[in-house]
Amino acid sequence: MKNLNSVFAAYAIGWAVFFVYYLTVASRTLALRKDLARMKRALTERK
Amino acid sequence: MKKQFVGAATTIILVVLAGYAALFVAPTERTMGTIQRIFYLHVSSAWTGLTAFFICFVGNLLYVFRRQPRWDWLGVAAAEVGLAFTTVVLITGPIWAHPVWGIWWTWDARLTSTFVLWLLYASYLVLRTLVEEPERRGLLSALFGIFCFLDAPLVFGSIRWWRTQHPQPVFMGGAGSGLDPTMWKVTFFFWFSCLALMALLMSQRYQLEAMRGELETIRREAETQ
Repeated sequence: MKNLNSVFAAYAIGWAVFFVYYLTVASRTLALRKDLARMKRALTERK
Repeated sequence: MKKQFVGAATTIILVVLAGYAALFVAPTERTMGTIQRIFYLHVSSAWTGLTAFFICFVGNLLYVFRRQPRWDWLGVAAAEVGLAFTTVVLITGPIWAHPVWGIWWTWDARLTSTFVLWLLYASYLVLRTLVEEPERRGLLSALFGIFCFLDAPLVFGSIRWWRTQHPQPVFMGGAGSGLDPTMWKVTFFFWFSCLALMALLMSQRYQLEAMRGELETIRREAETQ
């Protein structure tokens, strides 16, 4: 089982890249959703 | 919301099963041994990355001809997801190469063209942050995106046209190329799981871009009032 650590490292890093990317998309979506709601509220108040 | 949850849960199950198949079901390769198991993640990520860049290319072309924002959103979503998959290729490649070649990296045609592809799409995303006006940003990035995709056939052909440190292709590589039947099954299952992950990430990213488009429209309307 030579190089088993390298295999696990490759898979761990690979999945981590996708997971972190998913988190960044989710956090950007959340921030944008808040912005959008605030903007819509401000527009209705102005009307 | 329920649909999204089901999609995400199915993708996670597929990815876990694919990981299990790559690590425990696929036979150990005779020459390289255990380290060859990186192949399933490395190759599937490369194929998925190229698929995402092709979707970006189609989105870019459609934006140039139709000028509908949804094609621009598709382009940016596909470019970002393709970049994530190519990042995995560029990380897993050296981890695999070091014990086999004795070096982490070499500037051969395949490695260099893949790195250039990564740089081009990273530039595509940077370019988008530099232009404020949505129509101008859409057109400029679509044209640049079409240019970026010119490198994709070079990545595909590099190990077929030139002698490289990178191994010769196992898929569509002509006589002498190929894999053990179980390895093929695991490879295609792994690729399928990566495609499901790509679809999930791309749909999330597309929604984000659509929301950004809506916010820009509302902001412009507010400014004109």
